[in-house]
Amino acid sequence: MTETTAHLPQTREERMPWRVRLALHEIDGVTLLVLPAVLFVIGLFVYPFLYGFVLSFKPRAGDWLANYRKFFSDPFLYDTIYATMRLALPATIINVLISIPVALRVRKMHRRRLLTTILVIPITLGTVLIAEGLLNYLGPQGWLNRTLMLFGLISSPLRLVHNYTGVMLSLILSGFPFTFLLTLSYITGIDTSLEQAAATLGATARARFRHILLPLLAQGLAINFCLSFVQTFSVFPSAVLLGAPAGDTRVISIAAYQAAYEQYDASMAAAIAMVMGFVQLAVVLLALAGRNLFYRGSAGGGKG
Amino acid sequence: MSIAGRDFRELRLDGLSRSFGALNALKGVSLTVKRGEFIALLGPSGCGKSTALNCLAGLLTLTGGSIWLDQTRIDRLKPEERGFGMVFQNYALFPHMTVRRNIGFGLAMQGKPKDEIARKIEEALSIVRLDQHGDKLPGQLSGGQQQRVAIARAIVIEPPLVLMDEPLSNLDAKLRLEMRAEIRRIHDLIGSATIYVTHDQEEALSLADRIVVMRDGVVRQVGTPTELYARPAHADVAEFMGYRNVLKARVLDGSGIDDLQVSVGGAALKGLAIERRPDGHAIVAVRPDDLKPANDGPVAATVESAQYHGREFYCSGRASDGTELYFCSPRPVQKGETVRLAADPARVLIYTEAS
Repeated sequence: MTETTAHLPQTREERMPWRVRLALHEIDGVTLLVLPAVLFVIGLFVYPFLYGFVLSFKPRAGDWLANYRKFFSDPFLYDTIYATMRLALPATIINVLISIPVALRVRKMHRRRLLTTILVIPITLGTVLIAEGLLNYLGPQGWLNRTLMLFGLISSPLRLVHNYTGVMLSLILSGFPFTFLLTLSYITGIDTSLEQAAATLGATARARFRHILLPLLAQGLAINFCLSFVQTFSVFPSAVLLGAPAGDTRVISIAAYQAAYEQYDASMAAAIAMVMGFVQLAVVLLALAGRNLFYRGSAGGGKG
Repeated sequence: MSIAGRDFRELRLDGLSRSFGALNALKGVSLTVKRGEFIALLGPSGCGKSTALNCLAGLLTLTGGSIWLDQTRIDRLKPEERGFGMVFQNYALFPHMTVRRNIGFGLAMQGKPKDEIARKIEEALSIVRLDQHGDKLPGQLSGGQQQRVAIARAIVIEPPLVLMDEPLSNLDAKLRLEMRAEIRRIHDLIGSATIYVTHDQEEALSLADRIVVMRDGVVRQVGTPTELYARPAHADVAEFMGYRNVLKARVLDGSGIDDLQVSVGGAALKGLAIERRPDGHAIVAVRPDDLKPANDGPVAATVESAQYHGREFYCSGRASDGTELYFCSPRPVQKGETVRLAADPARVLIYTEAS
């Protein structure tokens, strides 16, 4: 044995054909199929992002940080962060929280496909159609107000659109299906025999949820939160159509839009987009960090 | 309110039925289990044995019948109120909890004090011989170790009844033998009753005090391992208990029940009638290891295949009338060779055709 090894040339490794060496790292012809996707991401995401990043440091007037200084010194601009957060955070949290009981129920249903289809329809409708529908339904002359007034429950119409409430409702409606589908897939990924085992060990439904489902779901919920949050954070159509785009629901994307297409200041718009991106990133990182705390904490309660 | 506690005299299943839509998975199963007994539910897949176990655990509701623990009716209780320990086929260990916390889960749910929980966990760990592994996560254990954690978790709550659903089916052959002995040892140690679901007749024979053979949702026979091995009550039970030769035959001669002559493979074979003497047509059941080559054997067969099993050769052959026969030979036989086969009349079981 040792003799044979000794006879092998030392340079054997280096002389191995490059194909074989690549194959050892699991790179072969099939890997080339990744190329279109990579080009796509570079062309449509990486390049525009970098371009915008550089552009934001080339203001029309002033030094390279002028855009950012302007953003953070003008309440009309920096308040948009707060206005967006005030919509995106509650909407996302509400959606994630509601999706849990609904997904738990749907998991045990026989006609899951039918119900899932019904719940997913809002995704296909798109934000504009939902906004249109809500305006008709919830507006001062809408069915809801007319019905409530008919029965004498209210004397003057409720203000449900063209303000914060309207945008919030639309965000929940359009965001829920997405959140729900993600939660459903995470919940169905948990083996039902775990809950059965917990039940035979004396755990009530509430205890099973707290000690088994929730800790195992925490990772998925955090990711679900991040994805939903990013979606809601860039709210634009519903904030304009259903909200008060000059007041309560002047979200950050509106500020970016105005900078770009009303003041034609592409550099300022790029700076606002960068601020937007970094705020999102901060929240996502916080959520992912919190996931670890939450997981450990909840799992630690298993004995108590 | 939990009914946990080992003190009970008997568990009574009274006409358990369960249907899934048009399918009747259980059709009136009745059984009485005494404290300390080890019962095996044995049957082919789809016979209703797992359904019966899930009904006992409370994971499935009954569509008929009742379950009694002494004088208490328990079939309306939720699983968490029954306090039975259950070992699942896939172990169902909580992946986010250490071995200790998995084992302590049931005790924690009962609200036991912390020091008592800790003490009982250590006891259970040593019963299943996993003292060194308490702080690992289930994912870091081997299949056999996971299985033992699952058993420890089920027995630590001191259940009156331990339910096991094919617990060894995911293990390799050697580990299966080891765990088999382990399960029986633990059962004897804790003294509660065990109901063990399996489709492996060997497992049932070696573990159980009594075996319940099920088929199509009904109990076909209940008996001790020796009874079931030597005297299956029906031809289909015999087939399941390792009687590989289950053949249609004609009754030739004999008045009593223990010297009946039947035609097998174009020859006459002496046998023993089970239950009652069949007229005309009968079914004959013989184990391959009871059918052996002998110089003056009545049945002639041409060897078709022979597998070496260490001590003996397991052979299949064809009798002169084309009947396929399985037999054992202590000496090597060649394919195509003609052998004469004989069987001890006490080991040739004869059933009426419609049993």
